[in-house]
Amino acid sequence: MSASTTALQRWWHAVWPASTLIAAIVLAWEVYARFSGVKPTTLPSPSRVVEQLISNAPALADNALPTIIATASGFALSVTSAFVFSILVDFVRPLRRALFPVFIISQTLPLVAIAPLVVLWFGFGLLPKILLIALVTFFPMMVSLVQGYDSTDKDMEWLLRSMGAGRRKVFLLARLPSAIPYFFTGLRISITYAVVGAIFAEYSGAAKGLGIYMLSAKNNFRPDLVLAAVFCSAFITLVLFGMTVVLERVSTPWVRREGEAQ
Amino acid sequence: MSAETKRLALRGVGKQFGDLNVLGDVSIDVAPGEFVSILGPSGAGKSTIFQILTGGTKADTGVIAFDGSELADASDKFALMPQKDALMPWRRIVDNATLGLEVQGLSRKTAREKVAPLFEEFGLAGFEQHYPHQLSGGMRQRVALLRTVIQQRQMLLLDEPFGALDALTRTAMQQWLERMWGQHNWTALLITHDVREAVFLSDRIYVLSARPARVTHEIRVPLARPRRVADLASPEATRIEAELLEALLGT
Repeated sequence: MSASTTALQRWWHAVWPASTLIAAIVLAWEVYARFSGVKPTTLPSPSRVVEQLISNAPALADNALPTIIATASGFALSVTSAFVFSILVDFVRPLRRALFPVFIISQTLPLVAIAPLVVLWFGFGLLPKILLIALVTFFPMMVSLVQGYDSTDKDMEWLLRSMGAGRRKVFLLARLPSAIPYFFTGLRISITYAVVGAIFAEYSGAAKGLGIYMLSAKNNFRPDLVLAAVFCSAFITLVLFGMTVVLERVSTPWVRREGEAQ
Repeated sequence: MSAETKRLALRGVGKQFGDLNVLGDVSIDVAPGEFVSILGPSGAGKSTIFQILTGGTKADTGVIAFDGSELADASDKFALMPQKDALMPWRRIVDNATLGLEVQGLSRKTAREKVAPLFEEFGLAGFEQHYPHQLSGGMRQRVALLRTVIQQRQMLLLDEPFGALDALTRTAMQQWLERMWGQHNWTALLITHDVREAVFLSDRIYVLSARPARVTHEIRVPLARPRRVADLASPEATRIEAELLEALLGT
């Protein structure tokens, strides 16, 4: 009983500053939108956004689904290829020097300019979205993994080699597990990029999706619907982020127990 | 003692890293069942000797013989215990202990069966399923030593194994290791900069100079075994300690 109370207290202690701040911002926005005389087609009040969110829920859900599918497939492609490439560059050092400049250049491309081109080349289907998401999330994933491998304790590697382990065994037994915390850090960062990337891709042309929904709402002078869609995308991002946190906890029990033991 | 009876013999081993001359001319012998320490100032290249023995790097000069024949590049003669315990935080204690056996190709099950009876003796019974961070420093070192000896190599290489422990735990661990060594007839080479540790544990002690390292003194420790901490207060032990300190400080 007392343990659960303290858990609740701890939780409240963690969340109250942010919740209070957000509540204050929303309240100020509501007051300003209602009493300053600004038109709802310029700045809708939060209550109006919520109202529209509810009444347009079926349409929003219908458009959220393609965004979620694009995000999930693009992100899966990105994580898989980052994993494959990270192992390659870990074993073949010259490859690392060849590939990293290319990857860094790929990160300097402005998404605003690239997204319409990718849509132009690959059409309105799923493929350009997957490619754009992979473009923005691949590099952070790759860098996290490579950093993770390099963080391996040198004594641990020495110990394994003294036991007769070759490069493959040293990688599997020491370098790969050492990278797990780094992998999850990369995962948390890039999952947020992934949703933004999906919406950008849809914004540049799509049959359905939150991005194209926002664009048409904007063109119809409906900022309330734009914000309702923004709310949806933020919610999707938070859920995905939460999933990575849960996944990290489940797959790294040795880290979690450290906190619990105290 | 003739050269054939030596377990390990280093003759004139030297090593340079770039412009840094780490090992000048190191000659060391270890007989089977003997506990030998290498004592030297920090940064004297003591660990480099272990790097060379375990194939981490190659000696520039000199000859290394094991049981009378020249030491091969990828040797399976030594079990290493590095300075920090180097336990893998993601492996449970039992899986850390069996690491060397797994590398040798044993199945996890067989390896666990082999190591299981030793947990009691190493004071680790009941902690098999714990993670390393849940253990105290002294216990972690015992896991590291268990991981070392279970490999059943012909010789133990101990690289400042108790350097990171607090003074009291360190003394307790030295006492425990002395007893274990007496029971198991291990052959051990210990690197340390702790004079008392060297006296308490060793049959013989080599004193190394600062870089480039050479052997400046070789000192026997004729104290009877098993030893107790109180033995360090005996006139004999005090004399050896003073001799070692003088050798180290170069007076």
